[in-house]
Amino acid sequence: MPLDFDGARLPNPHCGEEHEAWRTQLRRFIDNEIMPFAEDWDEAGEIPADLWPKAAAVGLLGLGYPEAYGGTSESIDSWHAWITQEELARIGAGGIPASLMVHGIGLPPVLNWGSEEMKQRVAPPVLAGEKHIALGITEPGGGSDVASLATTAVRDGDTFIVNGSKTYITGGMRANWVSTAVRTGGEGAKGVSMLLIPTDAEGFSRTPLTRKQGWWASDTATLYFDNVRVPVDQLIGPENQGFWVIMTNFNSERMAMAAGMEAMARVCLEEAVAWARERRTFGKRLADHQVIRHKIAQMKQKINATQAYIRLCYESIETGTANPGDIALLKVQASETVEFCAREAMQILGGIGFMRGSRVERIYREVRVNAIGGGSEEIMRDLAARQYGV
Amino acid sequence: MKVLVAVKRVVDYNVKVRAKGDGSDVDLNNVKMAINPFCEIAVEEAVRLKEAGVATEVIAVSVGEKPCQEQIRTALALGADRGIHVEAEGRIEPLVIAKLLKGVVEKEQPQLVILGKQSIDGDNNQTGQMLGALTNMPQGTFASEIKVEGEKLNVVREVDGGLQTISLSLPAIVTTDLRLNEPRYASLPNIMKAKKKQLDVYSPADLGVEVTSHITLVRVEPPAERQAGIKVEDVAQLVDKLKNEAKVIS
Repeated sequence: MPLDFDGARLPNPHCGEEHEAWRTQLRRFIDNEIMPFAEDWDEAGEIPADLWPKAAAVGLLGLGYPEAYGGTSESIDSWHAWITQEELARIGAGGIPASLMVHGIGLPPVLNWGSEEMKQRVAPPVLAGEKHIALGITEPGGGSDVASLATTAVRDGDTFIVNGSKTYITGGMRANWVSTAVRTGGEGAKGVSMLLIPTDAEGFSRTPLTRKQGWWASDTATLYFDNVRVPVDQLIGPENQGFWVIMTNFNSERMAMAAGMEAMARVCLEEAVAWARERRTFGKRLADHQVIRHKIAQMKQKINATQAYIRLCYESIETGTANPGDIALLKVQASETVEFCAREAMQILGGIGFMRGSRVERIYREVRVNAIGGGSEEIMRDLAARQYGV
Repeated sequence: MKVLVAVKRVVDYNVKVRAKGDGSDVDLNNVKMAINPFCEIAVEEAVRLKEAGVATEVIAVSVGEKPCQEQIRTALALGADRGIHVEAEGRIEPLVIAKLLKGVVEKEQPQLVILGKQSIDGDNNQTGQMLGALTNMPQGTFASEIKVEGEKLNVVREVDGGLQTISLSLPAIVTTDLRLNEPRYASLPNIMKAKKKQLDVYSPADLGVEVTSHITLVRVEPPAERQAGIKVEDVAQLVDKLKNEAKVIS
């Protein structure tokens, strides 16, 4: 059994002909339009603006969104989503999908909770790759503790006056809108609302966060709101119900991240095995040394377990029986798997893995952003314990 | 103008092809299959003719076992309007495929038939030419550019030493070379729509063709593996090896 990216994927009986057709076309698109440039874009800290319309044309940006707003949702299921995350992670430069697909966290609040006027105005240009939307939750004063956020939106007639700041915002430099968590009420979760803030509003400013461990291609930003006036009809969902809007967003984000992390682990396996079969030390291939063989087997073991767990969670989503605790722990399972595989692949690659310019080297640097972003491992375990009623 | 495009299911060009252990054939077990790249170029050209308002309908046809419907669906996702699957078992040789395609041509009466110049598995480069002979249609092979002008089709052909432009009377047959176009990506919405497009299945008997075989596949073996190199002791040994072993100097 080959241990390359495709060979190391367990069979999935839910995937049929049209799923594989999508994988084939998406891979062609990525291999031609992204892969050859991934390293340069990552080093440059930016992806070109024309990648968004190209990704829209192939159907990538609209996957899973309603046709009425320019998406493709008919007959689309979790397996299309899984394939998409896998193929994007295969690039091995996480900043590219993080930035390219950031509407995946910014847009659902609008589509699930926004007014029809808001959906019509925002979704079509975003799904066409012409405009961009980001999600603004984390603040300089705290991230995981969403209920304690400090950015305020004070009602003044027909507008809110927004003051505060958001940081580590993926896609923040390019965003035309930010789905922003603000405090409209009292302390705690019940005082939080979601507000759609246009970035051309007076009093809005932003600075890039360029010196990151990984995800260099992503336009991560800190956002500042200085008496920004936003009409009250730009609330996403009811006032003071923002906490639930945010929470409902997390499951799909965590599934996407878990799927991406497992695929990144498989990239590490693929690269490590290819090198171990080629490189000779002490008169035999690396792959013939027991210590290396065990590393490879252990990587595959963890990858297998993560794949099976991902499939189980997607199956539960398909049948409407998903448990947020299981999904939270899946994210931990996936980040621990990619952490392990990135480490072991680096050990097998040796000096060549330490040099910049390989997928494994980048993935090694992007373990932490995956283990922390979208809910840290610690928060995930705590959430699961609460879900299980411990 | 109706355009018929032939597509073939082959081993994906990214796959490293392996021979079976007993040398009886190529090992197709668990191997990713895809539309033959030259056929994909043929589909793209037909779809462009339709988008330019020259063609009115594009029909994709494939000959083979049931799974080749996947490649017809790929053609439909790329923009073909409907598909025809001629279901035939086993290894079908070019002459039989050409006869089956002739049957489809007689049923559909296309003004233009576009085929890949060859498939990347058999590398026969025969089917288009045989179809030309069987149907008495003029052929423009190895096309790098085609243009319909009234009842004529101008074809720029890639020939040894340059390009040759010929003018054919329609209906005609074209086989594609690599530089005719760059096929597009089938978009997700088009992949989903392709599922609903019409796909008719014929048997060889429906087309009045008996599947016969004139060729016996004797043996398939991988290219010889390159031997490991050696370090020569001195120039004299190098010259000796180049003369007597490699025989590249005398």
